[in-house]
Amino acid sequence: MGHVSVAPAEIERTESSEAPFEVPSPDVPWVTVVHNDPVNLMSYVTYVFQAYFGYPKDKATKLMLDVHHKGRAVVSSGTREEMERDVQALHGYGLWATLTQDR
Amino acid sequence: MPGYFQTAAAGGAAVALDEVEISILRSLAVQLLELIGPGEPAGGAEPADPLAELFAEGPTRPPQDPALARLFPDAYEEEADSSDFRRYTEIDLRARKRDDALAVVRSLDALTPGGDGGAVLTLDTAQARQWLGTLNDLRLTMGTRLEVSDDEGSELYRLPDSDPRKPLVMAYLWLGALQESLVETLMP
Repeated sequence: MGHVSVAPAEIERTESSEAPFEVPSPDVPWVTVVHNDPVNLMSYVTYVFQAYFGYPKDKATKLMLDVHHKGRAVVSSGTREEMERDVQALHGYGLWATLTQDR
Repeated sequence: MPGYFQTAAAGGAAVALDEVEISILRSLAVQLLELIGPGEPAGGAEPADPLAELFAEGPTRPPQDPALARLFPDAYEEEADSSDFRRYTEIDLRARKRDDALAVVRSLDALTPGGDGGAVLTLDTAQARQWLGTLNDLRLTMGTRLEVSDDEGSELYRLPDSDPRKPLVMAYLWLGALQESLVETLMP
């Protein structure tokens, strides 16, 4: 899907009186959000961020603390397909993760 | 430090378990296997046909059981997107969690207990990751059942012995400590 352009080849830019369609822009990245939950250990969540994303310990710890204190944190961004992969992997680890378009 | 994982000499992790601990862990892992189950096929796919099984679609709705719903959460806030995602991922996710729990049962069954019924469980790195996954799945399941919250002063941790939830809370806390020690051995 990443290679398919949603922009029409012939667009008449002069006739802009009509309301534009709400087409999700392919330029707007998707993000993976991890939500806080009361069961997952802080050390485990940090471990997952290091093991799965390859983040250094400092970054992984900071993200874990963001999840813990703010209730959620964006842990990765990219195409929708990439974020679906991340969310699936995080569900495999037992983390509560969702993906959304970063508007 | 008996009862907690330590880094094994050849890499991986090792823990000394007594007879009761082995029995509890095995029982919990088997219960988790039963809970996860094969999952509900969406269509009436014939299980005898391996090709049909390969292309079988998963469920589109979250599991009814709150513990299962926690193990297999929605991926999107929008229901339609979540349904699509679930249809194509939940079967794989269930299979992976089942494999992990099965590996836990197998590694416990492979122990040769000493005279007191205890044994030292040694895991290679791959097994340790499977154990980590299953310990976490078990804690998610038990934590959902117990309605664990972020409140550290929760009454759950001060239950009288007569409370029927007490054994589950004790097991939940023990698995937490066990998992914590295993995470430490795996930290990159």
